[in-house]
Amino acid sequence: MPHDHADHDHPHTLLPSDPALRVKALETILTQKGLIDPAALDEIIETYETKIGPRNGAHVVAKAWTDPAFKAALLKDATAVVSELGYYGRQGEHMIVVENTDEVHNIIVCTLCSCYPWPLLGIPPTWYKSDAYRARAVREPRKVLAEFGVTLLSDMSVRVWDSTAETRYLVLPQRPMGTDGMDEAALMDLITRDSMIGTGLASAP
Amino acid sequence: MSRVHDMGGRFGDGAIVPEAEDDPVFHEDWHGRALAVTLAAGALGKWNIDISRHGRECLPPVDYASMSYYEKWMAGLAGLLVDAKVLTREELAQGCAIGSSDLTDKRMDANKVAGVLASGGPADRPSDVPVAYSVGDMVRTRKINGNRHVNGGHTRLPSYAVGAVGRIVMIHGTHILPDSSAHRLGDAAEPLYAVAFAASELWANPEHPKDEVVLDLWQSYLSAAT
Repeated sequence: MPHDHADHDHPHTLLPSDPALRVKALETILTQKGLIDPAALDEIIETYETKIGPRNGAHVVAKAWTDPAFKAALLKDATAVVSELGYYGRQGEHMIVVENTDEVHNIIVCTLCSCYPWPLLGIPPTWYKSDAYRARAVREPRKVLAEFGVTLLSDMSVRVWDSTAETRYLVLPQRPMGTDGMDEAALMDLITRDSMIGTGLASAP
Repeated sequence: MSRVHDMGGRFGDGAIVPEAEDDPVFHEDWHGRALAVTLAAGALGKWNIDISRHGRECLPPVDYASMSYYEKWMAGLAGLLVDAKVLTREELAQGCAIGSSDLTDKRMDANKVAGVLASGGPADRPSDVPVAYSVGDMVRTRKINGNRHVNGGHTRLPSYAVGAVGRIVMIHGTHILPDSSAHRLGDAAEPLYAVAFAASELWANPEHPKDEVVLDLWQSYLSAAT
Protein backbone atom coordinates (compact mmCIF):
# COMPACT_ATOMS: atom_id res chain seq x y z
CA MET A 1 0.00 0.00 0.00
CA PRO A 2 1.42 3.41 -0.91
CA HIS A 3 1.90 5.89 1.87
CA ASP A 4 0.50 9.30 1.24
CA HIS A 5 2.38 12.60 1.28
CA ALA A 6 5.61 12.80 3.19
CA ASP A 7 5.11 15.69 5.58
CA HIS A 8 8.58 17.24 5.42
CA ASP A 9 9.55 20.44 3.64
CA HIS A 10 6.07 21.35 2.43
CA PRO A 11 6.07 23.65 -0.64
CA HIS A 12 4.35 26.46 1.29
CA THR A 13 7.54 26.95 3.30
CA LEU A 14 9.19 28.25 0.12
CA LEU A 15 6.82 31.25 0.01
CA PRO A 16 7.04 34.45 2.08
CA SER A 17 5.69 33.89 5.60
CA ASP A 18 3.52 37.02 5.69
CA PRO A 19 0.11 35.86 4.38
CA ALA A 20 -0.61 38.91 2.23
CA LEU A 21 2.81 38.61 0.57
CA ARG A 22 2.27 34.87 0.20
CA VAL A 23 -0.96 35.41 -1.76
CA LYS A 24 0.69 38.12 -3.82
CA ALA A 25 3.57 35.80 -4.68
CA LEU A 26 1.25 33.06 -5.92
CA GLU A 27 -0.82 35.55 -7.90
CA THR A 28 2.32 37.04 -9.46
CA ILE A 29 3.86 33.74 -10.50
CA LEU A 30 0.59 32.37 -11.91
CA THR A 31 -0.07 35.62 -13.79
CA GLN A 32 3.44 35.64 -15.28
CA LYS A 33 2.88 32.05 -16.41
CA GLY A 34 -0.31 33.10 -18.19
CA LEU A 35 -2.41 30.86 -15.93
CA ILE A 36 -4.58 33.40 -14.15
CA ASP A 37 -6.17 36.65 -15.23
CA PRO A 38 -5.98 39.26 -12.42
CA ALA A 39 -9.22 40.77 -13.73
CA ALA A 40 -10.90 37.39 -13.15
CA LEU A 41 -9.80 37.55 -9.51
CA ASP A 42 -11.42 40.99 -9.19
CA GLU A 43 -14.58 39.55 -10.74
CA ILE A 44 -14.70 36.60 -8.30
CA ILE A 45 -14.21 38.89 -5.30
CA GLU A 46 -16.86 41.34 -6.48
CA THR A 47 -19.30 38.50 -7.14
CA TYR A 48 -19.10 37.21 -3.57
CA GLU A 49 -19.02 40.70 -2.05
CA THR A 50 -22.00 42.09 -3.92
CA LYS A 51 -23.99 39.47 -5.85
CA ILE A 52 -23.98 36.06 -4.17
CA GLY A 53 -24.86 36.24 -0.49
CA PRO A 54 -27.56 35.63 2.15
CA ARG A 55 -30.14 37.77 0.33
CA ASN A 56 -30.48 34.86 -2.09
CA GLY A 57 -31.31 32.48 0.74
CA ALA A 58 -33.67 35.04 2.30
CA HIS A 59 -35.53 35.27 -1.00
CA VAL A 60 -36.03 31.50 -1.00
CA VAL A 61 -37.18 31.45 2.63
CA ALA A 62 -39.59 34.38 2.18
CA LYS A 63 -41.16 32.64 -0.81
CA ALA A 64 -41.52 29.45 1.21
CA TRP A 65 -43.26 31.39 4.01
CA THR A 66 -45.76 32.95 1.62
CA ASP A 67 -46.37 30.17 -0.93
CA PRO A 68 -47.29 26.70 0.43
CA ALA A 69 -46.84 24.99 -2.94
CA PHE A 70 -43.37 26.52 -3.32
CA LYS A 71 -42.47 25.38 0.19
CA ALA A 72 -43.64 21.82 -0.46
CA ALA A 73 -41.61 21.68 -3.68
CA LEU A 74 -38.58 23.19 -1.92
CA LEU A 75 -38.60 20.57 0.83
CA LYS A 76 -38.99 17.83 -1.77
CA ASP A 77 -36.34 18.92 -4.32
CA ALA A 78 -34.50 22.06 -3.26
CA THR A 79 -31.92 21.92 -6.04
CA ALA A 80 -34.57 22.09 -8.78
CA VAL A 81 -36.56 24.80 -7.02
CA VAL A 82 -33.65 27.15 -6.23
CA SER A 83 -32.25 26.59 -9.73
CA GLU A 84 -35.44 28.06 -11.17
CA LEU A 85 -34.75 31.21 -9.15
CA GLY A 86 -31.21 31.38 -10.56
CA TYR A 87 -29.48 30.08 -7.43
CA TYR A 88 -27.76 27.02 -8.79
CA GLY A 89 -23.96 27.11 -8.78
CA ARG A 90 -20.65 26.29 -7.21
CA GLN A 91 -21.00 24.73 -3.73
CA GLY A 92 -24.75 24.44 -4.16
CA GLU A 93 -25.03 21.62 -6.65
CA HIS A 94 -26.99 19.31 -4.34
CA MET A 95 -29.22 21.41 -2.09
CA ILE A 96 -31.40 20.18 0.74
CA VAL A 97 -33.64 22.44 2.82
CA VAL A 98 -34.49 21.34 6.36
CA GLU A 99 -37.45 22.90 8.15
CA ASN A 100 -37.50 24.18 11.70
CA THR A 101 -40.74 23.37 13.53
CA ASP A 102 -42.11 23.59 17.08
CA GLU A 103 -40.52 20.18 17.68
CA VAL A 104 -37.16 20.30 15.84
CA HIS A 105 -34.46 22.95 15.50
CA ASN A 106 -31.85 22.34 12.77
CA ILE A 107 -28.23 23.55 12.70
CA ILE A 108 -25.67 23.21 9.90
CA VAL A 109 -21.94 22.61 10.40
CA CYS A 110 -19.01 21.11 8.52
CA THR A 111 -16.70 19.47 11.05
CA LEU A 112 -14.14 18.31 8.46
CA CYS A 113 -13.70 21.57 6.54
CA SER A 114 -16.07 24.46 5.76
CA CYS A 115 -18.81 23.19 3.41
CA TYR A 116 -21.55 25.80 3.07
CA PRO A 117 -24.28 26.59 0.49
CA TRP A 118 -22.50 29.37 -1.40
CA PRO A 119 -25.19 30.21 -4.00
CA LEU A 120 -27.73 30.86 -1.23
CA LEU A 121 -25.57 32.25 1.60
CA GLY A 122 -22.31 33.37 -0.02
CA ILE A 123 -18.95 32.86 1.65
CA PRO A 124 -19.25 31.59 5.25
CA PRO A 125 -18.57 33.93 8.19
CA THR A 126 -15.34 33.44 10.11
CA TRP A 127 -16.98 31.70 13.07
CA TYR A 128 -18.50 29.04 10.81
CA LYS A 129 -14.97 28.12 9.70
CA SER A 130 -13.48 28.31 13.19
CA ASP A 131 -12.12 25.32 15.09
CA ALA A 132 -14.45 26.09 18.00
CA TYR A 133 -17.63 25.88 15.91
CA ARG A 134 -16.47 22.82 13.98
CA ALA A 135 -15.47 21.01 17.18
CA ARG A 136 -18.41 21.97 19.39
CA ALA A 137 -21.54 22.27 17.23
CA VAL A 138 -22.00 18.50 16.97
CA ARG A 139 -21.34 17.69 20.64
CA GLU A 140 -22.93 20.62 22.45
CA PRO A 141 -25.23 22.46 20.03
CA ARG A 142 -27.32 23.96 22.83
CA LYS A 143 -24.30 25.62 24.44
CA VAL A 144 -23.29 26.89 21.02
CA LEU A 145 -26.80 28.25 20.43
CA ALA A 146 -26.66 30.00 23.80
CA GLU A 147 -23.51 31.82 22.67
CA PHE A 148 -25.57 33.14 19.76
CA GLY A 149 -28.33 34.18 22.17
CA VAL A 150 -30.72 31.39 21.17
CA THR A 151 -32.52 29.38 23.85
CA LEU A 152 -34.85 26.55 22.87
CA LEU A 153 -37.84 25.16 24.73
CA SER A 154 -36.78 22.15 26.76
CA ASP A 155 -38.96 19.65 24.91
CA MET A 156 -37.55 20.53 21.47
CA SER A 157 -34.96 18.37 19.78
CA VAL A 158 -31.86 19.67 18.02
CA ARG A 159 -30.79 18.10 14.77
CA VAL A 160 -27.23 18.96 13.71
CA TRP A 161 -26.37 18.37 10.04
CA ASP A 162 -22.65 17.69 9.50
CA SER A 163 -21.96 18.42 5.81
CA THR A 164 -19.62 15.52 5.10
CA ALA A 165 -20.44 15.13 1.36
CA GLU A 166 -21.30 17.47 -1.54
CA THR A 167 -24.87 17.92 -0.36
CA ARG A 168 -25.40 21.40 1.05
CA TYR A 169 -27.99 22.23 3.67
CA LEU A 170 -30.06 25.34 4.31
CA VAL A 171 -32.32 25.78 7.33
CA LEU A 172 -35.86 27.01 6.71
CA PRO A 173 -36.42 29.08 9.87
CA GLN A 174 -39.86 29.43 11.46
CA ARG A 175 -41.88 32.43 10.40
CA PRO A 176 -42.07 34.89 13.31
CA MET A 177 -45.37 35.75 14.98
CA GLY A 178 -47.01 38.99 13.94
CA THR A 179 -45.98 38.87 10.29
CA ASP A 180 -49.30 37.79 8.80
CA GLY A 181 -49.86 40.70 6.47
CA MET A 182 -46.26 41.12 5.34
CA ASP A 183 -45.21 40.60 1.74
CA GLU A 184 -42.14 38.77 0.45
CA ALA A 185 -39.91 41.85 0.34
CA ALA A 186 -40.75 42.87 3.92
CA LEU A 187 -40.27 39.32 5.18
CA MET A 188 -36.84 39.10 3.56
CA ASP A 189 -35.57 41.78 5.95
CA LEU A 190 -36.35 39.49 8.91
CA ILE A 191 -34.40 36.54 7.55
CA THR A 192 -30.83 36.63 8.79
CA ARG A 193 -27.89 34.60 7.56
CA ASP A 194 -27.60 32.95 10.97
CA SER A 195 -31.27 31.91 10.90
CA MET A 196 -30.56 29.93 7.72
CA ILE A 197 -27.50 28.24 9.29
CA GLY A 198 -29.55 27.52 12.41
CA THR A 199 -27.49 29.52 14.88
CA GLY A 200 -30.16 32.21 14.90
CA LEU A 201 -33.89 32.70 14.55
CA ALA A 202 -35.67 34.97 12.13
CA SER A 203 -36.04 38.48 13.55
CA ALA A 204 -39.27 39.77 15.04
CA PRO A 205 -40.99 42.43 12.92
CA MET B 1 -5.96 6.95 11.88
CA SER B 2 -7.26 10.52 11.72
CA ARG B 3 -5.75 13.78 10.61
CA VAL B 4 -5.74 17.17 12.24
CA HIS B 5 -8.79 18.48 10.39
CA ASP B 6 -11.06 15.81 11.91
CA MET B 7 -12.06 17.87 14.96
CA GLY B 8 -15.79 17.23 15.45
CA GLY B 9 -16.56 16.70 19.14
CA ARG B 10 -13.09 17.71 20.29
CA PHE B 11 -12.75 19.29 23.75
CA GLY B 12 -10.70 22.35 24.59
CA ASP B 13 -11.89 24.98 22.12
CA GLY B 14 -13.17 28.25 23.49
CA ALA B 15 -16.30 30.27 22.96
CA ILE B 16 -17.56 31.05 19.48
CA VAL B 17 -17.43 34.67 18.43
CA PRO B 18 -20.54 35.55 16.38
CA GLU B 19 -20.26 38.17 13.66
CA ALA B 20 -22.69 40.91 12.74
CA GLU B 21 -24.80 40.15 9.68
CA ASP B 22 -23.32 43.12 7.85
CA ASP B 23 -19.66 42.39 8.59
CA PRO B 24 -17.45 42.40 5.49
CA VAL B 25 -17.38 39.15 3.49
CA PHE B 26 -13.57 39.39 3.45
CA HIS B 27 -11.98 40.89 6.56
CA GLU B 28 -8.68 41.57 4.79
CA ASP B 29 -8.03 42.30 1.13
CA TRP B 30 -5.78 39.27 0.88
CA HIS B 31 -8.59 36.96 2.07
CA GLY B 32 -10.64 37.67 -1.04
CA ARG B 33 -7.51 37.42 -3.14
CA ALA B 34 -6.68 34.03 -1.59
CA LEU B 35 -10.14 32.70 -2.36
CA ALA B 36 -10.04 34.06 -5.91
CA VAL B 37 -6.54 32.73 -6.67
CA THR B 38 -7.65 29.31 -5.40
CA LEU B 39 -10.77 29.26 -7.59
CA ALA B 40 -8.87 30.52 -10.64
CA ALA B 41 -6.10 27.94 -10.17
CA GLY B 42 -8.74 25.23 -9.72
CA ALA B 43 -10.23 26.20 -13.09
CA LEU B 44 -7.02 24.94 -14.74
CA GLY B 45 -8.52 21.49 -14.19
CA LYS B 46 -5.46 19.83 -12.66
CA TRP B 47 -7.24 18.66 -9.51
CA ASN B 48 -10.73 18.05 -8.14
CA ILE B 49 -12.36 19.19 -4.90
CA ASP B 50 -11.37 15.99 -3.07
CA ILE B 51 -7.71 16.37 -4.03
CA SER B 52 -7.78 19.99 -2.88
CA ARG B 53 -9.39 19.12 0.46
CA HIS B 54 -6.85 16.38 1.03
CA GLY B 55 -4.07 18.83 0.24
CA ARG B 56 -5.14 21.06 3.13
CA GLU B 57 -5.63 18.09 5.43
CA CYS B 58 -2.07 16.95 4.76
CA LEU B 59 -0.58 20.14 6.14
CA PRO B 60 1.54 19.32 9.18
CA PRO B 61 -0.72 19.45 12.26
CA VAL B 62 1.30 22.24 13.83
CA ASP B 63 0.77 24.38 10.71
CA TYR B 64 -2.91 23.47 10.32
CA ALA B 65 -3.62 24.40 13.94
CA SER B 66 -1.76 27.71 13.86
CA MET B 67 -2.79 29.02 10.43
CA SER B 68 -5.84 31.16 9.83
CA TYR B 69 -8.43 29.89 7.37
CA TYR B 70 -7.11 31.48 4.21
CA GLU B 71 -3.52 30.77 5.21
CA LYS B 72 -4.48 27.10 5.07
CA TRP B 73 -5.94 27.65 1.62
CA MET B 74 -2.72 29.27 0.41
CA ALA B 75 -0.52 26.57 1.90
CA GLY B 76 -2.75 23.87 0.42
CA LEU B 77 -2.68 25.58 -2.96
CA ALA B 78 1.13 25.81 -2.95
CA GLY B 79 1.25 22.05 -2.42
CA LEU B 80 -1.31 21.35 -5.17
CA LEU B 81 0.51 23.53 -7.69
CA VAL B 82 3.79 21.70 -7.11
CA ASP B 83 2.22 18.20 -6.93
CA ALA B 84 0.33 18.78 -10.20
CA LYS B 85 3.48 20.21 -11.81
CA VAL B 86 1.77 23.51 -12.58
CA LEU B 87 4.60 25.37 -10.81
CA THR B 88 7.99 24.21 -9.61
CA ARG B 89 9.48 24.53 -6.15
CA GLU B 90 12.09 26.80 -7.69
CA GLU B 91 9.39 29.15 -8.98
CA LEU B 92 7.83 29.36 -5.52
CA ALA B 93 11.24 30.04 -3.97
CA GLN B 94 12.19 32.68 -6.57
CA GLY B 95 8.76 34.33 -6.62
CA CYS B 96 8.65 34.52 -10.40
CA ALA B 97 7.83 32.35 -13.42
CA ILE B 98 10.66 30.30 -14.90
CA GLY B 99 9.73 29.01 -18.35
CA SER B 100 6.33 28.75 -20.02
CA SER B 101 3.28 26.61 -19.28
CA ASP B 102 1.27 24.35 -21.58
CA LEU B 103 -1.91 25.16 -19.64
CA THR B 104 -2.41 28.75 -20.78
CA ASP B 105 -5.43 27.81 -22.90
CA LYS B 106 -7.16 26.73 -19.68
CA ARG B 107 -6.89 30.18 -18.10
CA MET B 108 -10.22 31.48 -16.76
CA ASP B 109 -10.58 34.99 -18.15
CA ALA B 110 -12.71 37.59 -16.41
CA ASN B 111 -15.60 37.16 -18.82
CA LYS B 112 -15.81 33.44 -17.98
CA VAL B 113 -16.11 33.85 -14.21
CA ALA B 114 -19.89 34.20 -13.97
CA GLY B 115 -20.43 31.14 -16.14
CA VAL B 116 -17.96 28.99 -14.24
CA LEU B 117 -19.44 29.91 -10.84
CA ALA B 118 -22.98 29.34 -12.12
CA SER B 119 -22.26 25.94 -13.64
CA GLY B 120 -20.71 24.44 -10.50
CA GLY B 121 -19.39 20.89 -10.33
CA PRO B 122 -22.02 18.30 -9.45
CA ALA B 123 -20.76 15.18 -7.62
CA ASP B 124 -23.49 12.70 -8.56
CA ARG B 125 -22.52 10.03 -11.07
CA PRO B 126 -24.09 6.85 -12.41
CA SER B 127 -23.01 3.74 -10.49
CA ASP B 128 -23.32 -0.02 -10.79
CA VAL B 129 -23.34 -0.37 -7.01
CA PRO B 130 -26.89 -1.32 -5.97
CA VAL B 131 -28.56 0.76 -3.28
CA ALA B 132 -28.45 -1.52 -0.22
CA TYR B 133 -30.45 0.43 2.34
CA SER B 134 -33.86 2.07 2.60
CA VAL B 135 -35.03 5.01 4.64
CA GLY B 136 -35.59 3.78 8.20
CA ASP B 137 -32.93 1.04 8.05
CA MET B 138 -30.43 0.88 10.89
CA VAL B 139 -26.75 0.88 9.90
CA ARG B 140 -23.42 0.81 11.67
CA THR B 141 -20.41 2.85 10.56
CA ARG B 142 -16.96 1.33 10.19
CA LYS B 143 -15.32 0.50 13.47
CA ILE B 144 -11.88 1.29 12.12
CA ASN B 145 -11.75 4.55 10.21
CA GLY B 146 -9.44 5.34 7.36
CA ASN B 147 -8.97 5.22 3.62
CA ARG B 148 -8.96 1.63 2.32
CA HIS B 149 -6.90 2.46 -0.81
CA VAL B 150 -4.16 4.74 0.49
CA ASN B 151 -2.74 4.65 3.99
CA GLY B 152 -3.45 8.01 5.63
CA GLY B 153 -5.54 8.97 2.62
CA HIS B 154 -8.63 11.11 2.39
CA THR B 155 -11.92 9.91 3.90
CA ARG B 156 -15.13 11.63 5.00
CA LEU B 157 -16.23 9.57 7.98
CA PRO B 158 -15.44 11.76 10.99
CA SER B 159 -13.79 10.01 13.92
CA TYR B 160 -16.59 10.94 16.32
CA ALA B 161 -19.04 8.80 14.30
CA VAL B 162 -16.88 5.68 14.02
CA GLY B 163 -18.55 2.39 15.02
CA ALA B 164 -21.89 4.08 15.69
CA VAL B 165 -25.40 2.87 14.88
CA GLY B 166 -27.73 5.26 13.10
CA ARG B 167 -30.87 5.41 10.98
CA ILE B 168 -31.00 6.12 7.25
CA VAL B 169 -33.07 9.29 6.79
CA MET B 170 -32.38 10.20 3.14
CA ILE B 171 -30.97 8.53 0.03
CA HIS B 172 -29.04 11.11 -2.01
CA GLY B 173 -28.42 8.94 -5.09
CA THR B 174 -24.96 7.81 -6.17
CA HIS B 175 -22.02 10.17 -5.64
CA ILE B 176 -18.28 10.23 -6.30
CA LEU B 177 -16.39 8.46 -3.49
CA PRO B 178 -13.86 10.96 -2.08
CA ASP B 179 -11.63 8.15 -0.79
CA SER B 180 -10.96 7.23 -4.42
CA SER B 181 -11.30 10.56 -6.18
CA ALA B 182 -8.87 12.37 -3.85
CA HIS B 183 -6.10 10.03 -5.00
CA ARG B 184 -6.84 10.08 -8.74
CA LEU B 185 -8.15 6.51 -8.54
CA GLY B 186 -11.41 7.27 -10.34
CA ASP B 187 -14.88 8.43 -9.33
CA ALA B 188 -15.95 5.03 -7.88
CA ALA B 189 -19.45 6.42 -7.39
CA GLU B 190 -21.67 4.62 -4.89
CA PRO B 191 -24.87 5.30 -2.93
CA LEU B 192 -24.76 8.18 -0.47
CA TYR B 193 -27.11 8.48 2.50
CA ALA B 194 -28.00 10.90 5.25
CA VAL B 195 -27.72 8.91 8.48
CA ALA B 196 -29.11 10.19 11.79
CA PHE B 197 -27.40 9.25 15.05
CA ALA B 198 -28.82 9.83 18.52
CA ALA B 199 -26.53 12.15 20.47
CA SER B 200 -26.35 9.41 23.11
CA GLU B 201 -24.77 7.10 20.49
CA LEU B 202 -21.91 9.57 19.95
CA TRP B 203 -21.20 11.41 23.21
CA ALA B 204 -20.50 10.37 26.77
CA ASN B 205 -22.65 13.19 28.12
CA PRO B 206 -25.20 14.23 25.51
CA GLU B 207 -26.92 17.54 26.14
CA HIS B 208 -30.46 16.29 25.57
CA PRO B 209 -32.09 12.87 25.00
CA LYS B 210 -33.92 14.07 21.88
CA ASP B 211 -30.89 15.48 20.04
CA GLU B 212 -29.45 13.96 16.87
CA VAL B 213 -26.51 14.46 14.51
CA VAL B 214 -27.01 13.69 10.82
CA LEU B 215 -24.06 12.88 8.54
CA ASP B 216 -23.84 12.17 4.82
CA LEU B 217 -22.12 8.79 4.49
CA TRP B 218 -21.20 6.56 1.58
CA GLN B 219 -22.46 2.99 1.42
CA SER B 220 -18.99 1.47 1.83
CA TYR B 221 -18.68 3.22 5.21
CA LEU B 222 -21.76 1.34 6.43
CA SER B 223 -22.95 -2.16 7.28
CA ALA B 224 -26.42 -3.36 8.28
CA ALA B 225 -27.20 -3.17 12.01
CA THR B 226 -29.92 -5.30 13.50
